[in-house]
Amino acid sequence: MKSKNFQAIYVMWLREMKRFLRAKSRIIGTLAMPFFFLVSLGFGLRTGFNLPGMPQGANYLDFLVPGIIGMTMLFTATFAGLSVLWDKEFGFLKEMMVAPVRRSAIVFGRIIGGITTSFIQGILILIISFLMGFKVANPLSILLTFLFMFLIGVGFIGFGIAIASKMQDVHGFSLIIQFIIFPTFLLSGALFPVNSLPGWLKLVVYINPLTYGIDGLRGSLIGFSQFPLLLDLFLLLIFDLAMVALGAWLFSKTEV
Amino acid sequence: MSAIEVKNLTKDFNGLKAVDDISFEVKAGEIFGLLGPNGAGKTTTIKMLATLLSSTKGEAKVCGFDILKQRDEVRNSIGIVFQEPALDNRLTGQENLDFHARLYGLDKETRETRMREVLNLVDLEDKANVLVQNYSGGMQRRLEVARGLMHYPKVLFLDEPTLGLDPQTRHHIWDYILNLNQKEKITIILTTHYMEEADYLCQKVAIIDFGKIIVQDTPKNLKDLLGGDVISIEATPAKEVFGVFEKVPWVKKISQHDGIINLNVKEGEKKIPLLMKIAQKETDFEIKSVNLRKPTLEDVFLYFTGKTIREREAGQTEKNRMMMRRRFRR
Repeated sequence: MKSKNFQAIYVMWLREMKRFLRAKSRIIGTLAMPFFFLVSLGFGLRTGFNLPGMPQGANYLDFLVPGIIGMTMLFTATFAGLSVLWDKEFGFLKEMMVAPVRRSAIVFGRIIGGITTSFIQGILILIISFLMGFKVANPLSILLTFLFMFLIGVGFIGFGIAIASKMQDVHGFSLIIQFIIFPTFLLSGALFPVNSLPGWLKLVVYINPLTYGIDGLRGSLIGFSQFPLLLDLFLLLIFDLAMVALGAWLFSKTEV
Repeated sequence: MSAIEVKNLTKDFNGLKAVDDISFEVKAGEIFGLLGPNGAGKTTTIKMLATLLSSTKGEAKVCGFDILKQRDEVRNSIGIVFQEPALDNRLTGQENLDFHARLYGLDKETRETRMREVLNLVDLEDKANVLVQNYSGGMQRRLEVARGLMHYPKVLFLDEPTLGLDPQTRHHIWDYILNLNQKEKITIILTTHYMEEADYLCQKVAIIDFGKIIVQDTPKNLKDLLGGDVISIEATPAKEVFGVFEKVPWVKKISQHDGIINLNVKEGEKKIPLLMKIAQKETDFEIKSVNLRKPTLEDVFLYFTGKTIREREAGQTEKNRMMMRRRFRR
């Protein structure tokens, strides 16, 4: 029974890989938005643009790249979690639900599959940034960057699974994107320093887990962060544990 | 030995009894049919037996395993083909089967031999590497049957296996089902609202309506219950005709639908002359046509519920619409 659950995790990952590699349009579709943000804002505001709260002397591209990496992770990971919804829509979820494996194994398989595809896309954006002239302070810090990418990804996949488990069909999909994902992105400090926001909006920023992810990415990539990196790590870890537990719990209660 | 034992199984959806105290038994190796209109509770029954829904009351055993306490054992010993497609159409047929086999813990060697076997059984070997999104409806259904068989289940559930398929494909699927019942010695329990499907495939049929099993037996015994033959009379005015034949001693049961009067009789061919004699005596009605036939399961359903299955489904749809309306108003 135990090995069967490991098989289930593996096969969920394998399926995600196959689907990912086949759906070229999906990869391009999810990468297009961060790419456009990166190119237009990065080149457009490159020179002479320095807001209070940005590191002295840094250009805007340096400030933006960690934010766009965080954005890529946010979108790809949430979509990966929400893919439960498509399985519900196309009936494939029933095939998994009736299998003699733990539902938690299916959730873990999904998370591992989702984090792999999100990671690949995040790294693609990172490579594009390097091509645009972005430089890392210390090559070793890339490893720390990967850790933050991983933590952002896992948390939002769990979040996506939790939401998808509660939804009946795909009709609410665009609502989630407009009312949850976009505000999460815009109010995370990804595009601008949050210092100038009014107090109540700042509160939203501090509740937003992505804030700490992007702060961590900025700290590891350009050596500039608003909070201590350990605090970022700690808060993200709590967010991840909570979301994975919530996602696994809601998913296991789904009746099809 | 019984493959499935169901005792007083009930499912209550917020006060609405979808399945109401049903009991039945399926022998190993049998093809058993749950026959009834849409919304009668067939799918709910199947979902409970397949551990996808928990029952409200009663108990059931599949291959000797309790559906509530031994879920994993039950899941291991059953295969299921759902009413709506449940395939990943971004994967090929073979990948769908492989996915399934791994979920059920089959080793590499078994996976490969079994895949060939089941693909052969449903004639899909040459389509194994095609993406499922390019399959026709009938091919998808066959692939699902093949998938349901991958892990050597002892019991196979088929929920409306031919719903939405054209008549020719339907007959093909029937042949596959009979074939695998014989070749694999597998117990099959299927739901259907097609009378002829139940008649053609099932060794035993339970007729289910409004969540209750009304009657269960072999199709032959069920039809014999009606007393042999059915004579349908088309006549005007139907009311008069009904009144006259109601009193005739050799008519076992009489019913009226859409202006047609059905008489359940024994040895129908000998009753037609008698019927004509009565008709000649009466002057206030006119008989347009008389039709003698062997009863079908449709007649059995009519006999026990007083409605044809189509009328019942129309009523059900009306009821659902009302419920939807109520829900939206709220």
